[in-house]
Amino acid sequence: MIHARGLGRRFGEKRVLDGVDLDLPRGGFMVVTGPNGSGKTTLLRLVAGLLVPTAGELHVDVARERVGFLGHEPLVYRELTALENLDLYGRLYRVPERRERIGMLLERFGLWGARNERADSFSRGMLQRLALCRTLLHDPDLLVLDEPFSSLDDEGAALLDRELAGLRRRATFLVATHDPERLAPLATARLGFA
Amino acid sequence: MSAYFHDVAVLARKDLRLELRVRNTVPAMLLFVVAALVVFHFALPSDSSELAAKGMLWVAIVFTALLGLTRAFVAEREQRLIDGLLLAPCDRSAIWLAKTVAMLGFLVLAEIVALPAFALFFSGIDGATVAGVALADLGICAVGTVLAAMAVAGRARELLLPLLFLPLAIPIVVGGVGASVAGESGRYLGFLALYDAVFAIISWASFEYVVTE
Repeated sequence: MIHARGLGRRFGEKRVLDGVDLDLPRGGFMVVTGPNGSGKTTLLRLVAGLLVPTAGELHVDVARERVGFLGHEPLVYRELTALENLDLYGRLYRVPERRERIGMLLERFGLWGARNERADSFSRGMLQRLALCRTLLHDPDLLVLDEPFSSLDDEGAALLDRELAGLRRRATFLVATHDPERLAPLATARLGFA
Repeated sequence: MSAYFHDVAVLARKDLRLELRVRNTVPAMLLFVVAALVVFHFALPSDSSELAAKGMLWVAIVFTALLGLTRAFVAEREQRLIDGLLLAPCDRSAIWLAKTVAMLGFLVLAEIVALPAFALFFSGIDGATVAGVALADLGICAVGTVLAAMAVAGRARELLLPLLFLPLAIPIVVGGVGASVAGESGRYLGFLALYDAVFAIISWASFEYVVTE
């Protein structure tokens, strides 16, 4: 599903990613590890189509609407409620039975009670849960997740463990994390940056 | 095609809802345009020509629009929300069109106050001036939105937008003032319509390249 050869990306004179080779077949689960600034986020943004490579080649064999991306920012409008944010994305992604799907995700991620509250009143952990709802809303085939456990409390992290395990059979995963052991039972491949 | 306009409607409604909730842009535009007209009222000598007064009206409109445009992509910039829109499977020009529609709504609201205020401070507003303002609004919002998206990616964004926008707004001012004061306003209105058509097509076609690297 993802094939990269000599993939590179520079910002001005700074080379952030250089000569990355990557093969992730459909149904695979790749964990990306490395220290801060090693290029994990850049790789994920390249795969999601938010950046264009400056060197090498990258093929992502999945349509844009089938990609779910979770980045450092939750990508939700802070002035809108949780429900309004998910409704916006649900309409743009043309999610079938949108309201039921949104309700089910909000319930599952423990946000149903806060569905009519504005996102700017949410804690960082609640925003991360809302971001996960947004990412999973259109039932994507490829999940590109950058530090998905960040800001989650123990309960939230356990919930995400269950979600990832449940999705493991139907989706392909590219996940950057500082805690690879947590994802070890699910992972089929690992890419380490120095 | 209906899917395209569905996306435009969804995105424009989001912008209008955000403005209704936060009220950041329209009140500032209203206050600015009224304050500018008051300043011009006292700055212009009492025996000034109608031409000078109409020129001031167009200055006020262009700068009021510029004030709104500087805020057009603030929400998308501050939390990288543009990424969320770029990831969505909608045509990227739909983002431009939706933002243009929302900006047009804000500018028209400001002008609903500005034109009577101008009539109060200076002279009456005729049909040609209203038609000129309406046509100018289309061009201002079409060009301004794409330039606002361009400027928001840069570091000196508050400086960049006026530098990009004002040179491109000169034909609008020429056409607008001409339509307001010339005997044959039709020529100037035609010029504004042509400007709108040409620059709307350019903006629509170029937006994807502006927001994509």
